[in-house]
Formats: sequence, C-alpha cells, structure tokens
Amino acid sequence: MGLIENTISPSLVEVEKGTKILSPNIVITSMDKLINWGRSSSLWPVTFGLACCGIEMMTTGSSHYDLDRMGVIFRGSPRQADLMIVAGTVTKKMAEIVRRIYDQMPEPRYVVSLGSCACSGGIFNTYSTVQGCDSFLPVDVYIPGCPPRPEALLEGIIKLQEKIKGEHFRWSRWR
Amino acid sequence: MEQIEKTFETRELTISMGPQHPATHGVLRLVLTLDGETVIKCTPHVGYLHRGVEKLGENRTYFSALPLTDRLDYISSMNNNVGYVNAVEKLFGIEAPERAKFIRTMVAEMGRISSHIIWLGTHVLDIGATTPFLYAFRERERILDLFEALCGARLTVSYPRIGGVRNDVSQEFLDELYKFVLEFPSRMDDYETLVTENRVWRKRTVGIGVISAEEAVNWGLTGGMLRGSGVCYDVRKHAPYDAYDKVEFDVPLGKNGDCYDRYIVRMGEMRQANRIIKQCIEKLPTGPVMADAPKFTLPPKDKILKDMEHLIHQFVLITKGPIVPEGEIYSATEVPKGELGFYFVSDGTGKPYRMRVRAPSFVHVSILPKLCEGGFVADVIANIGSIDIVLGECDR
Repeated sequence: MGLIENTISPSLVEVEKGTKILSPNIVITSMDKLINWGRSSSLWPVTFGLACCGIEMMTTGSSHYDLDRMGVIFRGSPRQADLMIVAGTVTKKMAEIVRRIYDQMPEPRYVVSLGSCACSGGIFNTYSTVQGCDSFLPVDVYIPGCPPRPEALLEGIIKLQEKIKGEHFRWSRWR
Repeated sequence: MEQIEKTFETRELTISMGPQHPATHGVLRLVLTLDGETVIKCTPHVGYLHRGVEKLGENRTYFSALPLTDRLDYISSMNNNVGYVNAVEKLFGIEAPERAKFIRTMVAEMGRISSHIIWLGTHVLDIGATTPFLYAFRERERILDLFEALCGARLTVSYPRIGGVRNDVSQEFLDELYKFVLEFPSRMDDYETLVTENRVWRKRTVGIGVISAEEAVNWGLTGGMLRGSGVCYDVRKHAPYDAYDKVEFDVPLGKNGDCYDRYIVRMGEMRQANRIIKQCIEKLPTGPVMADAPKFTLPPKDKILKDMEHLIHQFVLITKGPIVPEGEIYSATEVPKGELGFYFVSDGTGKPYRMRVRAPSFVHVSILPKLCEGGFVADVIANIGSIDIVLGECDR
C-alpha cells in the first residue's frame, strides 16, 4: 500500500523493575498519503439516481456487485457525502438542483458522470436536456455506456480512488 | 391550583420533498403542507426528467424510435418494446409469426418479474426492511443475465422488432430460463416469509392509501393500482395481444384498495408471470421469428451482406422509413405499471406525425394527493412506493 513506511516491531521494554510495557508503535508516513488513503477508502456517494443509470447504480450497490466492500456506502443527504454520481439524464429543470446539491456537499467532493446522458447528452439531443453535466459540474471520472454495466461503475470508482491517491496538498479548501 | 387555560397555536409548515430524496424513486418532487405530522396538502411536481421522447420519436423513423421506448420505463424496457412494436404492427397492418409472439410473451413476463422485484425491493427498503432488497436483487440479476444472453444488453434491451423479434432464442437460453422458472416459486416463498405476515409491514401498509373501486376507475388507474381495489381489468385478459390468449393465467385481485392489497396483487402477478413463462417454454412453436412483410421489416443481415437487392432495400427502409398507410391508431399493452398505450398519427411518411405515449405512471402520480392528504408523513413514503412509478415514463 505504501502507507506504512517504517514500523518498529513491538517489543517489551522494561521501564522500572518488574514493569514491562510495549514500546511505542510508530508509523511514519506523509500527510498526503494518510489523508488520501482515508479519503479514497471511504467514498460516500449521495443517493441520487436521475434515470436509467440510477437503476444500474442501485444494482452495483446491492447484493451481487456489492459496493460496500470498497468502502462506498450511499448516504441520503448531500451533507454527509463526498462523492456525487450523476446517474442519468440531466434535464434543464434538474440541472439547477443538481448544482445546488453539489454545492451542499462538504469539501473535498468528487463527481462521477455515469452514463452517456450525463457525459454528453447521449441519444437525447432535445430542447430539454443538458448536453453533458460537465457544463456545470467539475467531473472527475466519466463512465460511458447506455447504461454502463455495474462493472463499469466499479472500474470508475477504482479509477477515482487512484486519482485521489495521487493528490498533493489538498488538505485545505480548494476549488 | 389555578387552572391555566392555554391555547396552543399551531403553524402550518410547507416542505419540499424531493427531487433528491432516497424514497421518491427518482426525481419526483412533492410539496407537502404539514400540520405537525399530518399532511394537509400534497402537490406533486413532475417534469424533472422530461427528455422529449415524444418529440424525438416524431423525428425518427419507426425503426429507430424503438430504442427510445427502452428509456421510458427503464426497469421493464422489454415490456415497453413489446408495447411499441405491437402498436406499430397494428398501424402497418402486419402480424408477427407465432413463434415470435410466444417469445415476446415470454420476455415480457420476464420483464414483469424484474420490474416487480425492483418495486418490492425498493418499497420495503423505504419502509424499513433492508433484507428483502438484497434477496430481490439476487433474482433480478439472474433475469438480467438471461436478457444479456438473449440480446447482449442488460437493461435497455431493444429486443423485439417490428414484425417479430431480433433473433431466435437458443436452446441453452431456454434451458437456463426453465431452471429459473422452477426455482422462482421457492424464492417467492422466501420474500413472502420475510414480508407478508411481518407485523411492522402490516402496520405500515394495511389501511394506508385506500382507494375505492369506483374512485380507482374514475381516476383512470390501471394495472396493480386498479386491481388492488378489486376491479378486474387486465389488458392481457380483456384485449389479448401476442400469445396471451394461448396461455392460462389468473388475474390476482385485491379487496380493500390499500397499500397492502396492492402488495398482494403484485406478488400474485409475479407468480402468474412465472406460470406464463413456463407455459411459453413448453408450448413454444417452431417457425420463423420475423414476419414475411418485406415492405415493413428489415431484411436479414446475412442477405444484406451478400445480396445487392436486399442492401438497397435496407438502405431505403433505414433512410426514408417504410411507406405507412395514413391514419391513426391507439394500441394498449399491459406493462408492470399498468396500461401503456401508444397513439400514432401517420401522414403517410416514414416518420410518425404524432407519437403519444399514454404512461401509467403519469396517471398514477395524479392520485398521490388523494392518498396522502389526511395521513402522516411516514405514510407518504408508503404511498409513493405503493403506486409504483417510474419518472422516466411519467415525464417522458
């Protein structure tokens, strides 16, 4: 994993006569690695299915594919979430609300655009749909497909975790 | 001690539930006026998923509008496809061969099971039971695997075609499906053990969201909503399409018209769907799966690659669309949500002049204020789950 760089193996140290205690366990790592490890292994997305892709997102979270094993647990409120999976067609009426939910999420926050509709508008090139949610959200990972298979979403989340692990000096406010 | 008379002043509270809410099944928004825990007024707002499907359909040929119907009611796309191709076949005046009809009936009932399984899982999850959700998705995954073996797609299938189905079913597929059909009743028993007699479940659903039979008819409800109130109306039974007149099945009926009866009706429908699939496999006739109507159906792919005439024919059909008789047509099919109708106005060109979708979810949303008003906030969740809506179909 690369997190633990130097560990002194625990051994007993005699501090006074007859009393032996464990020597202090020291883990030396950089702040970046520690924080990124924490962030990437507990990504909590906001439960937010917009259309068809939301059903595949549900499937990914349920018994067969089981997102929980990657530390991904869906939260009902944007205030507790740090990942937004834009799953489905974003209409012009909905775009305003998607943005508002994104603004309600605490930082650091990430966005996964799931499905062709969210990435580029897909087959719905009409008067009422937004042609790609990246026009109003900073998207980290794009997952194409109509709808993408659950494996594709898993892959997308792994890619996002890789991205998070490579971040530097993102401990304070940014964006 | 002196009695102090104190009058409490209560204030109405208006809250907006949705469009981002885990229990609204997508992007439904309800504006609720509350007095304490009691709902005084409930106004549904729809349109957050309006994608302009009808308008898109009018700008495409009859062939290429088929994938749009997948995305109407996206948890039972097979049924939408069947409804669409039935309507278009009626307009063209062609009929699918017998084998294709049986295959369509079979896959439509598989779609019904997968849709009802999602309904069951999410409905009980909203009310507080997590376990049936996980069990239900296990069976759904098997159906989706079968769909994938059949046509390569899990969710948006586009398998039925105008004049038949895309490809014939293989024997392996039928064997696998038959294995599923034999196992499924025991899975249903699992769900029923978990839910049906559960005390919490009964407390939350019995007597909640009552619609009388007369009201249900007046509001234009169809499907499980109507049958939950005891009205026996099923398009499959009363105006049979495909092979529904050749298979035996019962129409489960409720009595009181509350959430619990609708649950019983839909559980019964799943068992009946299983019965229909079994009969379809057993009775599946041999023969072609595409109608012999060269003016309206696309030629087979192997002939297109070898034969010039077929290539030209396909080119004309794809670019201009078929030459359709003028007129209008309404065709209804029974999808898991209710009666899905397609209304076409044809002006004689390859594209419909008007394509209208009569979506059951849209009609069912309209009764939500009636169900919720006077009840508690918690019952709103039960009612939303019970009317079984999909917003993709409602907003189109």
